[in-house]
Amino acid sequence: MIYLDNNATTKIDNIVLEEMMPFLTNEYANASSMYEFARKPSNALKTARAQVQDFLGAKDEKEIFFTSCGSESANMAIKGVVNCNKEKRHLITTKIEHPCVLNVYKEFEQQGYEIDYIGVNSEGELLIDELKEKLRKETALVSIMWANNETGVINPVEEIADIIKTRSPETKFFVDGVQAGGKIKINAKDTLIDMIGISGHKLHAPKGIGALYVKSGTRITPLINGGHQERGLRAGTENVPYIVGLGKACELASDALDFELKEVKRLRDKLEQGILKNVFNARLNSNSLNRVPNTTNIGFQYVEGELILLHLSDLGICASSGSACTSGSLEPSHVLRAMGVPFTALHGSIRFSLSRFTTEKEIDFVIENLPKIMDKLTKLSPYQKELELLKNK
Amino acid sequence: MWDYSEKVMDHYRNPRNVGTLEDADLIGEAGSLACGDSLKLFIKLDGDRVIDAKFQTFGCGSAVAASSILTEMIIGKTLDEVKTITNKDIANELGGLPAQKMHCSVMGREALEDALKKYYGENSEEWKELELEIHSHDHPGNKIVCTCFNVSENQIWEAIKVNGLTTVEEVTNYTKAGGACGRCKGIIKDIIETYLKKNKNEEKIELTPTQKILKIGKVIEQQISPQLQKDGGDIELVDIEGNIVKVKLIGVCSGCKNASMTLKNFVEAELKEKIDNKIIVEQV
Repeated sequence: MIYLDNNATTKIDNIVLEEMMPFLTNEYANASSMYEFARKPSNALKTARAQVQDFLGAKDEKEIFFTSCGSESANMAIKGVVNCNKEKRHLITTKIEHPCVLNVYKEFEQQGYEIDYIGVNSEGELLIDELKEKLRKETALVSIMWANNETGVINPVEEIADIIKTRSPETKFFVDGVQAGGKIKINAKDTLIDMIGISGHKLHAPKGIGALYVKSGTRITPLINGGHQERGLRAGTENVPYIVGLGKACELASDALDFELKEVKRLRDKLEQGILKNVFNARLNSNSLNRVPNTTNIGFQYVEGELILLHLSDLGICASSGSACTSGSLEPSHVLRAMGVPFTALHGSIRFSLSRFTTEKEIDFVIENLPKIMDKLTKLSPYQKELELLKNK
Repeated sequence: MWDYSEKVMDHYRNPRNVGTLEDADLIGEAGSLACGDSLKLFIKLDGDRVIDAKFQTFGCGSAVAASSILTEMIIGKTLDEVKTITNKDIANELGGLPAQKMHCSVMGREALEDALKKYYGENSEEWKELELEIHSHDHPGNKIVCTCFNVSENQIWEAIKVNGLTTVEEVTNYTKAGGACGRCKGIIKDIIETYLKKNKNEEKIELTPTQKILKIGKVIEQQISPQLQKDGGDIELVDIEGNIVKVKLIGVCSGCKNASMTLKNFVEAELKEKIDNKIIVEQV
């Protein structure tokens, strides 16, 4: 199997799993308990928090809150800020956010909030002038993802934070960092970003664990009320084994960042160039220089995405598609549509996302086999004339 | 992950009859590139029999499978046989399709219809007759309901009718209508309600005397009798004179002191609702 869908989820690193095992077996004490038996879990929790703090470059460990996933982190940040600033009725986000942000915003829109959705250019890069135009004193919150899950395009959130805080110091800024974690350097304390969400399973920790960075002094209300855990902002007995997993995964990701930026990028570029060179109907959906090192999104014109995925799957290759059919929603990816990807390629767009476990052999296999698949699938297409034109270009 | 049948997988992996026919007698098209799937169907005739068929499809696995199996289904058949193939037949032949993929079978049916329409000519008597036969003169019109996917009232009506759809979500699964911006969902709901109302009335009005007799027999046998059997009784249809249905209660029902109530409140009520309000049930 060749797994090139690491933006969807990643495999658990064996080192992470090993670190977790004691807390899934013998060390089961509640970390908040007062007996000696709880010392190990309690200490493990502290270590993990320090690891995540380090990974995000937070000033203080008190700024790190563990959650159950990236979606929870986003919900907690957005709802938490809006609930604390009820007099401000204006919110800003982008057209290319993950549903865990977009659908929370939709809910506020239904409640009568005024929302502005910032667009992107054809490379998927944010139109920052639009943000400058829309931002005002009544804006309670701006939410912008650090890196886009489909295209890998990095938004200059540090720069955007400066813009926001200069123009409207009271406006809070949440950054969905789920796709950036482990792929670029994050240094929260040197930025004016108020909150950053991350998710464990995107960086080789298990599913079911995430974290939210909340800069000291940022007021939010809790999403889950209950006990005193996470300083009263996120109740529920601490999920020690998974928190330990996230901590370790963050440490490993920090260590592997150089490798990610050089080697993973090299393989991604090789895959990208290999496909563009060998497959005549391939089109790079974003050629932005500012992309995370592991992601490429390629549109195969006049062929439908699910059909490509099914044939890739028959060869053991896992990727994902922005096509309508794979989601069951009938509409193709909102991100690619916001970019204005032509509909000849829109339905046939495939995302390949690598990890530090991807090998050169795997990339070579895909480069070798994709042209064969496309050769078969283009023959099925009713758009032979159009394909012929592409071929002769 | 879709739950595709073995047959669907076989057909998207090894699609049959891919390509074009230079000397095709019928060519049908459905769908569009912008909407995410489209199909071009080529048919060669000998007399009125299909001797060859080819297809080209832009679409997902189930769209290719539906097109592929459709060519297999029509080769060797006469046009009279071909025109009765519904989207349901295509889906069944594939061993079923996931609910959200039913629109792929509808695309096959639409391409077939388009081919027939072009072959006969839109204004020809044959086509008008065929359209009448297919749509049994009850279709609301060709007005576009879903502008995102270009779906007409007729197409929605047809999907409701052939597949017995009752919810907006089902209509979206079968026709894609309402699947993007969702603004036409209200209209789709109205069409479903209109269909259900019309269908109910028509069934009651349109029965010929023979059809009525057969239907009364069927309702008694399939719906009333099993209920009575549950209580250890049963019913026997003795005779029908106009709107008077003569029956005999048997088993425990025959001696039951509530028998006349059973007849009025259950048997007669059931027949009135399902067939004709004028029906009167008598015991013999």
